[in-house]
Amino acid sequence: MNEKPDKLIDKKGIRGDGRKADELRPLKLQVGVLSNADGSAYIEHGKNKILAAAFGPREMHPKHLAQPDKMVLRCRYHMAPFSVQERKSPAPSRREVELSKVIKESLEPALFLELYPRTGVDVFVEVLQADGGTRCASITAAALAIADAGVPMKDLVVACAAGKVDDTVVLDLYDAEDKLGSADVPVAYMPNLNAVTLLQMDGILTPDEFEKAVNMAMDGCKKIYAMQKEALKTKYMVVKEVEE
Amino acid sequence: MPAFFEKKQLVTPGELLAEGDYLPGENTYVENGKIYASRIGLVDADNKKVNVVALRAFYVPKTGDIVIGTVVEVGFNGWTVNIEAPYTALLRASDVLSRPFKPQNDELSAVLNAGDLIVAKIASYDRAHDPQLTVGEPGLGKITRGQILRVTPTKIPRIIGRKGSMISMIKQETNCQIILGLNGVILVTGKTPEEEEIAIMAIRKIEEESHTSGLTDRITQLLKEKKPAKLEENKIE
Amino acid sequence: MSSLVTKVRLRQIEALLEKGKRLDDRSLTDYREIKIEQGIIEKAEGSARVFLGKTEVLVGVKVETGEPFPDTPKEGVMTVNAELVPLASPNFEPGPPDENSIELARVVDRGIRESHSIDTEKLCIEEGKKVFVVFVDVYVLNHDGNLIDASAIAAIAALMNTKMPNYEIKDGELKIKQGYTPLPMKSHPITVTMGKINNKLVVDPWLEEESVMDSRISLATNEDGNICAIQKGGSSYFTPQQILEASKIALDKAAELRKKLNW
Repeated sequence: MNEKPDKLIDKKGIRGDGRKADELRPLKLQVGVLSNADGSAYIEHGKNKILAAAFGPREMHPKHLAQPDKMVLRCRYHMAPFSVQERKSPAPSRREVELSKVIKESLEPALFLELYPRTGVDVFVEVLQADGGTRCASITAAALAIADAGVPMKDLVVACAAGKVDDTVVLDLYDAEDKLGSADVPVAYMPNLNAVTLLQMDGILTPDEFEKAVNMAMDGCKKIYAMQKEALKTKYMVVKEVEE
Repeated sequence: MPAFFEKKQLVTPGELLAEGDYLPGENTYVENGKIYASRIGLVDADNKKVNVVALRAFYVPKTGDIVIGTVVEVGFNGWTVNIEAPYTALLRASDVLSRPFKPQNDELSAVLNAGDLIVAKIASYDRAHDPQLTVGEPGLGKITRGQILRVTPTKIPRIIGRKGSMISMIKQETNCQIILGLNGVILVTGKTPEEEEIAIMAIRKIEEESHTSGLTDRITQLLKEKKPAKLEENKIE
Repeated sequence: MSSLVTKVRLRQIEALLEKGKRLDDRSLTDYREIKIEQGIIEKAEGSARVFLGKTEVLVGVKVETGEPFPDTPKEGVMTVNAELVPLASPNFEPGPPDENSIELARVVDRGIRESHSIDTEKLCIEEGKKVFVVFVDVYVLNHDGNLIDASAIAAIAALMNTKMPNYEIKDGELKIKQGYTPLPMKSHPITVTMGKINNKLVVDPWLEEESVMDSRISLATNEDGNICAIQKGGSSYFTPQQILEASKIALDKAAELRKKLNW
């Protein structure tokens, strides 16, 4: 059904979806979209459509998983069966299990786990439509959901990937570039603390290309971070319009 | 020694607020000598203390707080109560029953059953144990009538108003008894459902517009507008 | 990553680290002793057992035939699975793979797959219809820290030991012949894992260090000095500078190990 393009980036440096090497896909962020969750957020990043919800801090169920001295963060990354070209079985795949783990580990550093011992925060991420870079978009939305739930955080966590297509290091790979490119480097970042909380890589990169990709991903992160702050402020600023 | 914000500026978690001479207040934290916000809210400085009034937070129990909760489970020697906090609270039977407690004979569910609402005080709480409740004071105990609403706990002070002025006005204008649980649960008891609705409407409006100015006037106006004519008649008589 | 180690021990570890040392006399970038044995499971097409200090991992490779994936009709298939066998640690419980064993398998898989370690085109029997399927099963037998590196080394050693049966296509049917061919390999990637303790990177963390480290980072590199897989794990973070430092260390140590193992 999909044809393999000859080149993923043309002579003028324009990619398959019309972007330049260092351009982000269009992004839309909304905070507080689910009334039953303590906190929630929705992200559209390129063709990715992802919903994130946070519950807690609350008592852990099952109780034996609670930690006496800290709060536990649990995370479930899950893709809807209709989210990809070929229907995906609703049962959790090994990829979803791994992504659930790394997403959790990307958010934990932002939390004050010692503040609420014996409790848990549950984060659910549902990928409604996927087009490359879902783990990064998931982290960006999940961090907003946690902040929206009123859970104190050291910083928002934002994520973006860089990679290599043909011979060029590029920012924010979409699905075709992810599958056909030669490297993918997703990065999650807390900008105010200069902290990288998720880093993975698959493909082949020279050490220089790797450094370039990480820097490019962090630049992308900083741009998305500004949008995260805006989205969070927008939800709580809506009331100000009442006055005017 | 700088502060990086303006009075009542809306800040997000991780935003740098101040450096140097300042002290970290509510909803802030310190890293490498710098003070950052830890929740979304409005920042201000009280002398040298930087505080963020959170626009969204959950209730953390404190000894002495009055709270309103729902009985979740009847246990062997007490009840488990949901106080809309990260921790469930416990109410011991010995606190409620005026005589010595005999587990074999006493039927706890006859006193309080799952689903019952209570007003209680936090008798004790520390991070290692769930909060303990008491109803052994006047004004505390089972709730039998009225309407319950939930607000973000950080809004309770605004609903109370300066020296209780806001809540007094609402009580007076609507003829309702209002108990404000510090856990964000509020009990409104009026003589008629209509009066209760007006009080609830006023409280909701305060919750939504708590950080804007001119709120007191707008609430006063709302209460006057919504007052049914019949009430006015009753009052004159 | 807490509770197993007492506070006294933790302070000991930290104090030594300040002096650039570790409990077993290693420097911050030393590996423990590595011992490799190959071909110990005759019924498997390939096998290897690795001792990394006291960590013990056994990898068995089974080669079968099957259908290729539709988007790679000329390539063989490889799949990696890992078992955290209950006898290896009091913390491993029987049951289906949990997130730790799945992460371990996928990280080992990435190192092999992204470096094109196996020449998968040479595993094609009949384009679009039949290829060799290589099952790499990682069996952790004793957990004393750094399962990732031990498993990765064992996997490559087992693949180097793997032989595929000879075959011929007669009348459209696959017939197994006498004799074997070594599994065709193009590279031998090496994964180097570092733990972060008190903002210091320690290579090849052993069990107690794993209990106190706040994060880990693993980098797989190939003979050309290129990076082919990275995985950050743990509840804390790395600064960009620490990441670059880690990648330099990984390349250096991989070159060292490659020489030592004669890969």
